[in-house]
Amino acid sequence: MGLRIIKRAIWHENPIFHQMLGVCSALAVTTRVENALIMSLAVTVVSMGTGAMVSLFKGLIPRKARLMVEMIFIATFVILFDQLLKAYYFSMSKQLGPYVGLIITNCIILGRAEAFAIKNRVGPSILDGLGNGIGYGMILLTVAIFRELLGAGTLMGHRLMPAGYEPARAILLAPGAFLIMGVIIWIVRGIQLGRARRSS
Amino acid sequence: MTPDIHPLVILFAAIFTSNILLTNFLGICSFVALSKRLDVSFGMGTAVTFVSTATAALNWLIHSHFLRPGALSWLLGDRATGISLEIFSVIVYIAVIAAFVQVVEMTMERFFKALYQALGIFLPLITVNCAILGVSLFLTVRHYSFLQAVAYGFGSGVGYTLAIVLMAALRRRLRYSNIPAPLQGIGITMIVTGIMAMAFMAFNGMVAVQ
Repeated sequence: MGLRIIKRAIWHENPIFHQMLGVCSALAVTTRVENALIMSLAVTVVSMGTGAMVSLFKGLIPRKARLMVEMIFIATFVILFDQLLKAYYFSMSKQLGPYVGLIITNCIILGRAEAFAIKNRVGPSILDGLGNGIGYGMILLTVAIFRELLGAGTLMGHRLMPAGYEPARAILLAPGAFLIMGVIIWIVRGIQLGRARRSS
Repeated sequence: MTPDIHPLVILFAAIFTSNILLTNFLGICSFVALSKRLDVSFGMGTAVTFVSTATAALNWLIHSHFLRPGALSWLLGDRATGISLEIFSVIVYIAVIAAFVQVVEMTMERFFKALYQALGIFLPLITVNCAILGVSLFLTVRHYSFLQAVAYGFGSGVGYTLAIVLMAALRRRLRYSNIPAPLQGIGITMIVTGIMAMAFMAFNGMVAVQ
């Protein structure tokens, strides 16, 4: 049951492929794998926390004010994560800058709170948040691995490409992220469409 | 602390060289969803421009009079020096944006019926548009002055409008081209956006402002 919730969130209903939700704050931090990793961790923590809080208080939240309450939960977890990052990993906090704050407008988290956490118990809501965080992180990391490897010749700061490799700096600029994202969506949609055709 | 850049230069840079959508990746959700039709994309662009200009000004005022370290000196005098409410900036900004959008929507519905019918449907979507919150967060991080902040907010809105309208025009043509099935929709939009971002990089030599 638990695994199924996670798997569905990661693959079958991954919000990034289907609606491009939540990708806004994502692409800017994919120039380095480490940044993408911390950003995914932030989104996972915030979406798990929000899921837990929303489902815990679902009986008390008035229907009309529920968007406001959900936003406040999200903002609280975002601020907490931002402060922790400032306290224990200041150089990373400097690099991510306003993008941590922008997690508030990440439609995935609000969308899952609305679609899942408000109707389900605490346990499954946390798992749903975890799955969505991992699904988002996987895409972010895939983009980041290609960008860092091709654009700087390194991975997590370690040199991987042979010495003669001339880094393709263009990949580190904005267009590189859009192009890689487009190709990833192409491949994933291709696999999904192929499967759907075979099973029907 | 305030960077010594003329507001008009910031305006130009926000539209062309550091376009909020094409270089900061903000506002992509609505960009993909609403660039299917030309008139819709123009309506959304206009609404974003209006809200981002106004909230840039509002949030600048709130930040410099309430949130900045020592900003409360007009209220508390000397005791305010150690007080910084900056950790609340994200939550205050998003509340200001939501409240402003709500007020504008109600005002328009009451007094400007035609405008409301044209823009009304886009207004609620703007609250969760990352470009709007992004503008407020970036102008705080970069220590802009009031005029610079307004120029940045307005320029970002115009830059967003330019990108989304261009994209809508391109997608109208794409409808008649033979695109592989898995690439249709979001995939091809991303790739075309990448090419558009490359084209905008040609402006980079003109001004260098981040």
